[in-house]
Amino acid sequence: MLVSDLNMRYLDGFRKGLSVLAYPLQMAAASPADFVRNASDYFASLVRLQIENKDLKARQLRGAERLLRLDQLEQENRHLRALLEARDKQSARSVVAEIMYTAKDPFSRKVILDKGAQAGIEAGQAVVDDVGVIGQITRVFPMQSELTLLTDKDQAIPVMIVRTGMRAVLFGSGNGLMELRYLAANADVQAGDKVVTSGLDGVFLAGLPVATVARVERDQAQAFARIPCLPAAGVEQFSHVLVLGHRESLPPRPPEAEPVTGKSGKGRKARAPKE
Amino acid sequence: MQPTHSSRRILLPVRMWFVYTTLFIALFLNYVPTGHLPAVPDVVALVLAFWCVREPDKIGIGAGFVFGLLTDIGVGAALGQHAFAYVLLTYAANELSRRVLWFTPVEQALHVLPLLFMSQVVMVAVRLLAGAEFPGWWMFFGSFVGALLWIPLHYVLLLPQFQPMDRDENRPI
Repeated sequence: MLVSDLNMRYLDGFRKGLSVLAYPLQMAAASPADFVRNASDYFASLVRLQIENKDLKARQLRGAERLLRLDQLEQENRHLRALLEARDKQSARSVVAEIMYTAKDPFSRKVILDKGAQAGIEAGQAVVDDVGVIGQITRVFPMQSELTLLTDKDQAIPVMIVRTGMRAVLFGSGNGLMELRYLAANADVQAGDKVVTSGLDGVFLAGLPVATVARVERDQAQAFARIPCLPAAGVEQFSHVLVLGHRESLPPRPPEAEPVTGKSGKGRKARAPKE
Repeated sequence: MQPTHSSRRILLPVRMWFVYTTLFIALFLNYVPTGHLPAVPDVVALVLAFWCVREPDKIGIGAGFVFGLLTDIGVGAALGQHAFAYVLLTYAANELSRRVLWFTPVEQALHVLPLLFMSQVVMVAVRLLAGAEFPGWWMFFGSFVGALLWIPLHYVLLLPQFQPMDRDENRPI
């Protein structure tokens, strides 16, 4: 039973069925937490709200200016892409959701969002906050969904190092950090390098900030360098998040058995939790 | 039945609906999203162990399995993780029942501590085998808190059975 759940996900239907039973109890149990949160919101001081309001207004103003330019750039981009006959990057249909609570399972880093299948969320979608990527939806229930954070052990995401353009795969290492694995010991990586999504998996949009390289440990005895990274987004502290729609529909099947190489190999790894 | 075998007090027989109600209340308490707070006791394990010790011929591994599955669903654990641990726990509690009931509540708590601890060790072993991260040693603290809770729980859960057969208006309980 354990094996078939963890490795093969045969029991998801069963889990969904039982979760319908457990849901009212869960909701009731979550209400004290909600109450505590709402009460603290309610008693938040006026001053703090005013400051936040001012800050947000300033940010919106700054954003508006960029948005205006973005419109124009998007137009230009569309023209250029049409010229190149490249496929349009679809602007993803996204859903704003709120994080209700952290899942109690101490072995993993998952949080529960307040929107589920009824809001059009599907397993495998990417989730971002205002700074960068925080994770991926792994399970969807009718009214809730489960978000696996990037820092969850072995949660993988294909990335690119901005400074060098080098592609790599970033894994959660479990202790609130992430790790760039399988980079050669002499790879050109420095502490402080920004890491963004490479978009090779077809799940995450390219160029979303993911992490910053914390330090690089090169060990002569090992073929790969050990590169722990700090998440860019507030991966473990946030309240509102954006669930991005699927970036693109799957490409049409190739006409005949053409060897599909390299690219899809990486993508499959990052999409593993979806299956 | 007696509160303990060494006591001379005789209790009313247990009502099964009360057993299941307390189990569901415990399940509810387990669902309260405490996040990754350290030392949160597993209340369902505790209440299950209690009824398995008190009523070994009425509650057993079947209830352990069902409530384990419900806990798994609610806390987002691997399906079967709690069910497996609770089945072992309830079996051990049933087996120990005849011995444990001779002791006072405090001594019973000392017997229950290794049971709770074992169920946590089983869960950690299962998840580590499946490749999860180790949650840290503070997690095991929960079973110590659970064992401490045994002492008040012992009185609370037996309260309905302390009632006299014929209701006396002048008697408080």
